[in-house]
Amino acid sequence: MSMVYSEDDRMLADTAEEFLSAQSPVAAQRALRDKPTAVNFDEKIWQQMLELGWGAITFSEDLGGLDFGYKGMGAIFEAMGKHLSASPMLSSVTLCGSLLQQLANAEQQTWLTAIISGEKRLALAVDEHARHDPDSMQTTATTVVDGFVLNGKKTMVIDGVSPDGWIVAAQHNAGCSVFIVPFSEQVKVKRLNLIDARNYAELTFNDLKLPAEALLGDAGNSLKALQQALDLGRLCLSAEMLGAIKALFDTTIEYLKVREQFGVKIGTFQALQHRAARCYVELELAQSCVIAALSDADKADANLASSASLAKWKLSKVADLISGEAVQMHGGIGVTDELDIGLYLKRIRVAQMCLGDADYHQARFAALAP
Amino acid sequence: MSELTEFRQQVRTWLEENCPMSLRTPTPDGELIWGGSEVNFTFDDQRQWFNSMRDKHWFCPSWPTQYGGGGLTAQQNSVLESEMRRLKCRPPQINLGIWMLGPVLLEHGTELQKQQFLTPMTRGEVRWCQGFSEPNAGSDLASIRTSAVDQGDHYLVNGSKIWTSYGDKSDWMYALVRTDAKAPKHQGISLLLLDMHSQGVQAKPIDLISGKSSFCEVFFDNVAVPKENLIGELNGGWKLAKELLQHERSAMSKFGEFQLPTHFDLMSLMSDYMPAPHSASEAALVNKAVAANMEEQAYNLTVQRLGAEMQAGQSCFGLMSIMKLVHTEQEKIKFELLLDAMGYRGLGWEDDSFSEQEQAITRAWLNSFSQTIAGGSSEVQLNVIAKRVLQLPENKGVS
Ligand SMILES: Cc1cc2nc3c(=O)[nH]c(=O)nc-3n(C[C@H](O)[C@H](O)[C@H](O)COP(=O)(O)OP(=O)(O)OC[C@H]3O[C@@H](n4cnc5c(N)ncnc54)[C@H](O)[C@@H]3O)c2cc1C
Repeated sequence: MSMVYSEDDRMLADTAEEFLSAQSPVAAQRALRDKPTAVNFDEKIWQQMLELGWGAITFSEDLGGLDFGYKGMGAIFEAMGKHLSASPMLSSVTLCGSLLQQLANAEQQTWLTAIISGEKRLALAVDEHARHDPDSMQTTATTVVDGFVLNGKKTMVIDGVSPDGWIVAAQHNAGCSVFIVPFSEQVKVKRLNLIDARNYAELTFNDLKLPAEALLGDAGNSLKALQQALDLGRLCLSAEMLGAIKALFDTTIEYLKVREQFGVKIGTFQALQHRAARCYVELELAQSCVIAALSDADKADANLASSASLAKWKLSKVADLISGEAVQMHGGIGVTDELDIGLYLKRIRVAQMCLGDADYHQARFAALAP
Repeated sequence: MSELTEFRQQVRTWLEENCPMSLRTPTPDGELIWGGSEVNFTFDDQRQWFNSMRDKHWFCPSWPTQYGGGGLTAQQNSVLESEMRRLKCRPPQINLGIWMLGPVLLEHGTELQKQQFLTPMTRGEVRWCQGFSEPNAGSDLASIRTSAVDQGDHYLVNGSKIWTSYGDKSDWMYALVRTDAKAPKHQGISLLLLDMHSQGVQAKPIDLISGKSSFCEVFFDNVAVPKENLIGELNGGWKLAKELLQHERSAMSKFGEFQLPTHFDLMSLMSDYMPAPHSASEAALVNKAVAANMEEQAYNLTVQRLGAEMQAGQSCFGLMSIMKLVHTEQEKIKFELLLDAMGYRGLGWEDDSFSEQEQAITRAWLNSFSQTIAGGSSEVQLNVIAKRVLQLPENKGVS
């Protein structure tokens, strides 16, 4: 297992860093929050990201990809986390892209190439309850003469408002099937306004008629592919959280060095020094879990499920710790909207819950153990 | 085939031929081999393994050959380490001299000192102990008072040390002594090598909460030490001590790999005890154990990652403090969980009402308390990280 970034990965990270700090700094995310758009991300910046080739990083060359691997993708997500930059990278490229790559037939592959180039955007609909739980979905698909009929409700569909289509997972043939559902007025879409001011939707399907070619992969047999796509999403989210907590941590350490109380820098107080040092240690541990999972993803390792769960669990825990300490150590100003800390805190909280929270991944990790 | 691959293959073959099958298992308590003038083997394979590794010069694989080392490059050394881990070879011996003093001597010793002290180390012939702490100088190590007074051709040493691990079984001690009582506290300290068989040295074991122990108080009553045994500059010992402690931290986090039941498999040991009457605590216990297991995995991955970063030439400053802190605290938490899982079976002290394993675990649990103190307490590690890694500002009152 290669536990360090290669030269190439690092170059990618540097480019991402440069681009995002110039084009998509935290201030841009704040502006989006204050003046929401239909999709709550900046479409111009999204197009630029695609022009930089970010959509293509993980895909093989014959699909129009760059064959760069997940370590490279991790570097991009880390930079996006650091700058709180919103984009459909996770929803469209990682989650839907991975499902298409695993399951699409020749015709359906046109969706994949369109996603990679950014011509089209898809969103994945899995969750139905207050928690992520892909093993107990209630949305159903029924086979009819010339296709399928879809019934049910999905929630927390990431970037679910106004995509070109959704990929929807449903109970079907005593198993799980996934369908491509092109955007249509017949799908009822309700926007969910969350603390991180990004794009989430609730979808309702009432006897939605789907043609035969909507089915991805074998009927009733796609849970494994779904979990794999989710695992890739989980580790990208972990990398994003890593970037966010690094930014929070750095800001906090800076503050400890400049803020004065009782005639000294507050960073001289050992009570705070020790807590800061613990945050640093935890950050190091978290980083190891992320890079190990990225590396497993690149090797298509059987261990991916468990290392993705480890990463998502560890990052959720450490992100809790560090975002809490960042607010606390900034004191009163830490709870003002003026500081960016709150924006990070809110984004982190959402990222923690998405695709399985710490408890979910702890239980999953235990169940996966040999 | 690259040279390194070829080397790996040679190492693999050699280890397979020379490491007895009986030594390809974790080392149980009591079967650790300590190098020294008296080496105690409990069975013959240990002697054979010890001798083969010694003759191969692999007690100190990366030291220069002129002092008896194996002359391996850093890369070759890590190949050897990884091959030993792969085969689960036990360490042929444990030797504080090699782990801690050796690197300091290699860098700061005179040619004569290197010849005199390093060569016997590489043959596992001398057992060393560390004489740093004193009753009033623990975390605040620079306040040591044991004095070494210049007597022309030798120093006269008076005072006492405490917590000296294996002080009663060691041949030599590397000690911090005060050589200038008037200088500021960090500037009057020297590093001195001291023959434990000299006249006036007395070592007394200390009982710990886990029972009889190998930790001693050592008293010096007019002990004469030749001047050639001063390492580095007179009054320049503090700098050397700091270097040495870095090595100690890395050794301590490595040490855990060897000794059972530290670095044990919590889940499987717990399951030995859990099938006992189900209790209300079980679900909570299992959850905590899974979390501890995941934390340990995060730690192991970090060891791998930082190792890879070091090989890639990145500086890993503060790494030893992180390792030492995390490893010792995780072990303590694991033992506590294991004890919780054992219920009443984890409370036995002596005689046959409790199995040997049960008693060993209970004592290991009690022993785990000392790991977060020895070698620099967790608080002191946090200080090091805060000040040196994060560069948080200094509080004038505390050094
Ligand atoms: C099992 C064992 C083996 C040992 N082996 C050896 C050996 O072989 N050779 C040797 O020389 N020494 C040895 N030691 C000594 C060890 O290095 C010291 O015990 C250790 O450095 C702590 O010192 P102390 O016990 O005097 O505690 P103290 O320094 O008195 O500390 C008491 C408490 O105060 C805290 N504290 C102290 N200073 C600070 C600070 N600045 N900030 C925050 N908290 C602080 C400590 O963390 C601790 O919790 C060993 C100790 C043990 C327990």
